[in-house]
Amino acid sequence: MTRIAKLLRHRIAGGTILGGLGGLLLVCAVLAAAAAPVLAPYRPTDIDLRQRLLPPSWDAGGNMLHMLGTDNVGRDILSRIIWGARISLSVGLAASCLGALVGSTLGLCAGFFGGWTDRAVSWLIDVQLAFPFTLFAIFLLAVFGGGFMPVVAVLSLATWVNFARVVRSQALSLRAQDYLLAARAVGVGTPRILRRYLLPAVLPSIVVVASFSAAQAILTQAALSFLGIGVDPTVPSWGTMLDLGRNYLQTAWWMATFPGIAIALTVLGANLVGDWLSLRLDPRGS
Amino acid sequence: MNETLLDIAGLTVRFGGTTAVSDVFLTVARGEAVGIVGESGSGKSAAMLAAIRLHPPGTGIETERHVLGGEDVRNATEGKMRSLRGRFVAMVFQDPLSALNPLLPVGVQIAEVLMRHRRLGRRMAHLEARALLTRVGIADAAAHEHRYPHEFSGGQRQRVMIASALAGDPALRIADEPTTALDVTVQAQLARLIVQLQRERQMGLIWVTHDLALMAGIVDRVVVMYAGRIMEMAPAGALYFAPRHPYTVALLASLPRLDRKRSPVLPGAPAPPGGVAQPGCPFAPRCSKRIDKCDEVPPLLEIGESLAACWALA
Amino acid sequence: MNAIVEAAGIHLSFAETRVLSDINLAIAKGETFAVIGESGSGKTTLGRVLLMLQAPDEGSVLFHGEDITKLSGARLRRQRRRMQMIFQDPYASLNPRMTIGETLAEPLVVHGLENWVGAREKVAVALQMVGLEPAMAQRTPHAFSGGQRQRIAIARAVIAGPELVVADEPLSALDITVQGQIIDLFEKLRDAMGLTYVFISHDLPVVRHFAARAAVMLHGRIVEIGDPGVMFASPAHPYTRALLESVPVPDPEFERHKISRAARAPAPMSRAGQGGACPYVARCRHALSLCGEIMPPLKTVSPGWQAACWLLETSL
Repeated sequence: MTRIAKLLRHRIAGGTILGGLGGLLLVCAVLAAAAAPVLAPYRPTDIDLRQRLLPPSWDAGGNMLHMLGTDNVGRDILSRIIWGARISLSVGLAASCLGALVGSTLGLCAGFFGGWTDRAVSWLIDVQLAFPFTLFAIFLLAVFGGGFMPVVAVLSLATWVNFARVVRSQALSLRAQDYLLAARAVGVGTPRILRRYLLPAVLPSIVVVASFSAAQAILTQAALSFLGIGVDPTVPSWGTMLDLGRNYLQTAWWMATFPGIAIALTVLGANLVGDWLSLRLDPRGS
Repeated sequence: MNETLLDIAGLTVRFGGTTAVSDVFLTVARGEAVGIVGESGSGKSAAMLAAIRLHPPGTGIETERHVLGGEDVRNATEGKMRSLRGRFVAMVFQDPLSALNPLLPVGVQIAEVLMRHRRLGRRMAHLEARALLTRVGIADAAAHEHRYPHEFSGGQRQRVMIASALAGDPALRIADEPTTALDVTVQAQLARLIVQLQRERQMGLIWVTHDLALMAGIVDRVVVMYAGRIMEMAPAGALYFAPRHPYTVALLASLPRLDRKRSPVLPGAPAPPGGVAQPGCPFAPRCSKRIDKCDEVPPLLEIGESLAACWALA
Repeated sequence: MNAIVEAAGIHLSFAETRVLSDINLAIAKGETFAVIGESGSGKTTLGRVLLMLQAPDEGSVLFHGEDITKLSGARLRRQRRRMQMIFQDPYASLNPRMTIGETLAEPLVVHGLENWVGAREKVAVALQMVGLEPAMAQRTPHAFSGGQRQRIAIARAVIAGPELVVADEPLSALDITVQGQIIDLFEKLRDAMGLTYVFISHDLPVVRHFAARAAVMLHGRIVEIGDPGVMFASPAHPYTRALLESVPVPDPEFERHKISRAARAPAPMSRAGQGGACPYVARCRHALSLCGEIMPPLKTVSPGWQAACWLLETSL
C-alpha cells in the first residue's frame, strides 16, 4: 500500500510540474499572439523571392536572418508562426467561451429543472454527438464562407456538448443535496438558487472543461484551415501553413514541421493545464 | 482458555500533522469482549485500524509492543498481515455498502472468503456460505445468496457483513460502529446476534462505538477514549456504576434516559485528536475538576477496579 | 385546540411504494410535537409535506386554516417565512460556498425584511442567541464543528421569526455530549419566541423529555399518538413497546438479562402495510389473522391518546 501511496504522491507533485510546463507553453503562445507586431522579425506577408525556401538557421544553407527558414515565396516561417498564434488562440478562446456559455446554461437548466427541459437538452446532446461533425462544419462553412465569427460559431457547436454533459450531471447530483433543499425551505427563489448555489459548485468543472475545449477548438481550427476553410486571409493560420507545406515535405520539410510543432505544443499546453486544474479543483470541490 | 489474541502497547498514530492516537494500550483474550467508546476525534477508529495495520497510507505508527495472534507484527509485511486478517482477525465496518463488493452476489463473496481462508472447495464453500447466512438470521438463504448487496436493507446488509466476517472463523473480531446507521430495533437484534456468536465460538470481540448505553450488555470491559488518549479503562460493572474519570461521568450523565431528565450539560465540543493547543490532559478545558497539575498529561492511575488518567483522583 | 398546522388525509407514494397513508394530525400553537419512527416510516417525508417541500398525492395541509397545498410559486414562498426546517446533517445543510453571515442574512433578505447591509445587525444577534461569536459571520461552514453548524442551522431557521419549526433528526449526527447543548438551545428558543416544534426523531429518551405529544409512525402510518410520558410508561401498540424495549440502558446486568431473554432468532424485515394490512403484522407477536387483512383504525385509549391495534378492541 505504501508503494501505491508513493506513486500517487509522485503523480500529484508531478502534476504540478507538468501543469507548470503546460502553463509555460500557454504563456508563450499568448505572448506570441499579443506581442506579434513587436516579436516577429518580419511581417507575415512579406514576400522575398530571393530568400525563398531557405532552410532553418542551423542547417546548411540557412542563415540567422530567418531562424526557422522561409517558405516557397520567401516569407519568414518564424514570423508567420508568431502571427499565427493570434488566430489559434483567439479562435480557441472564443469557441471555448461561447461553448461554455451555451453549454453550461443548457446543462444547468436540464439538470436542475429536469422534466421536459432535461429531455429536450439531452436529445439535443445525443443528436449533436451522433452527427458527423467535421463534415457538417465544412458544409456550413462552404455555404457561409470562412471568417472569424462563422468558424467560432461552428467550433462552439462542437464544444458546447462537453459543457452541457458535465454541468448537467453535476446539477443532477447537486439537486439532491440538503443545502439546496434548505435554501428552498428558507424561501429562496429559483434565480438565486441557480446563481448562488448551483453555479459556484459547477464553476470548477466548467473551467476544466474549458481548457480541454480550447485545446479541441485549436486543433479543429487548424484542421479546418488545413482543408482550406480559413479565418482571416491576411493573417496566416498554422493550419494554412500546414496545407502549404504539404507539397514541400520532401524538399522543404520546415514549412510544415514548425507550424505542426506549434499546434502540438499549444494543444499540449492547454491539455496539461486542464489536467492540473482538474486535479486541483475537482477532488477538493465537494 | 485465556489465550491472548491482541496485545498492543504504546500505540501512537500520526496522520497529516495531527496525532490521532497517543500512547494507547489494549489486550484482548479469547472469549473476552472489550468496548471502546469515544466521541468524534477520540481516535478510536484510527487505533483499531492501526491495530490490524489497515491504516491509510501516509500514517505514522509507533508501538512498543504489538502482538497479534501470538506473533510480533511490528514489522510485519503486508502479505503476513493479509493472511492474519480474515483468518485470525476480522473487521466489521459501519457502512456495509462500502465494505461489500457491489458487483458480486453476497453468497459468492462469502464463499470467496471461505475458499481463501479456510481452503474449502467451491461446492463446500457455497454450502457453508448459505449456512452462515442462515446463522446470521437471513431467512431463506438459498434465495437470498444470489442477491446483490444493494438489494438488501441496511440491517440485512450488516448481517451479511457479519457472516462474511465469520467466514474466516476468526479468533478476534473488531466491530467499528456496526449498528450506528441502523434503526433501534434492528440495532438491538444485531447486538444480540453478535453476542450470541461471540459466546458460541469463544471469540474475542472489540466493539467500537460512541453509544455507551448500547455496549452495556455486550462487553466485559470498557475503554473510554478522548482526543486520542485513554481516559478510563474498567470492567463494565465498575464503569457504569462507579465511573471515576470526570469525562466518563459526564458521558454517562449525557446519555438520554427514559426514566430521568438529562443532567447538567457538558459545555464545549469534543476536542480534536492531539489538536488541543495546551499540553496536558486533553479534557482539562471542559473539566469541572480541573487542577493545576492537569497541565501535565496524567498517567493511568489504579483506583479500585478501574484505571483512570486523572490527577484529581490521585 | 388552537391548531397552527393540520394535516388531513395525507397520502403519498413514490414509484409504487406507499410512503404516507392516511395521515391526520393537528398540532396546537406552542406545542412541541414529536414524530417517532425508524427508517422507512415516512417521518422525514411527513415533515417535508407539512412544509410543502413535498406535495402529497392526496389530502391537505392547513396552516392557520389556510390550505397550503393549493399554493405555489411566490405565494408559497411568502408563507415559508412562518414555517422553517432544520435538517439532520449539519455538514450538508449549509452552502459550503457562502459565508455563514450570508447564509443567515438570506432569509431576511429573501422575504424583504432587510437588505444585505441592514441584516448584519440581526445576524450578529442571531449568532449570539445560539451561542456563537458574531465575528464568525465572515467564515464559511468548513471552519465549524458539527455542533456549531447545527447551531448555525438553527439560527437560520429562527432569524426571520417563524411560528413553526420542523426539526428533522437534528441531534442524530452530533456527539452525545453536544446533543444536550442543542436540546437546551431548542428549549431556550421555544420559550423566548413561542415556537411550535415538530420534532422528528427515532430517539425515544429525548422525545420523552422534550415533547408534549408524539406520534409513532410505521411504514407510512400513524400507529400510536399521545403524551410520551404516558405512552412510554405503558404503550398501547406492540410496535411502540418493541421500540421501547430496544432502547439500550447503561446497566450491564439489565442489558445482559434482556439479551439472554430475547434469544429467539431475529425476524427479517418485510414490506408489510402495503394494501390493507396492519404494517406491523409481520413482526408482531400477537398478530391475529384479522391483522393481516384489514388496517386497524386509530382508537381512543384515553383522551388525547390513540392507537391503531385490533387487540385494543378486546381490552376496551
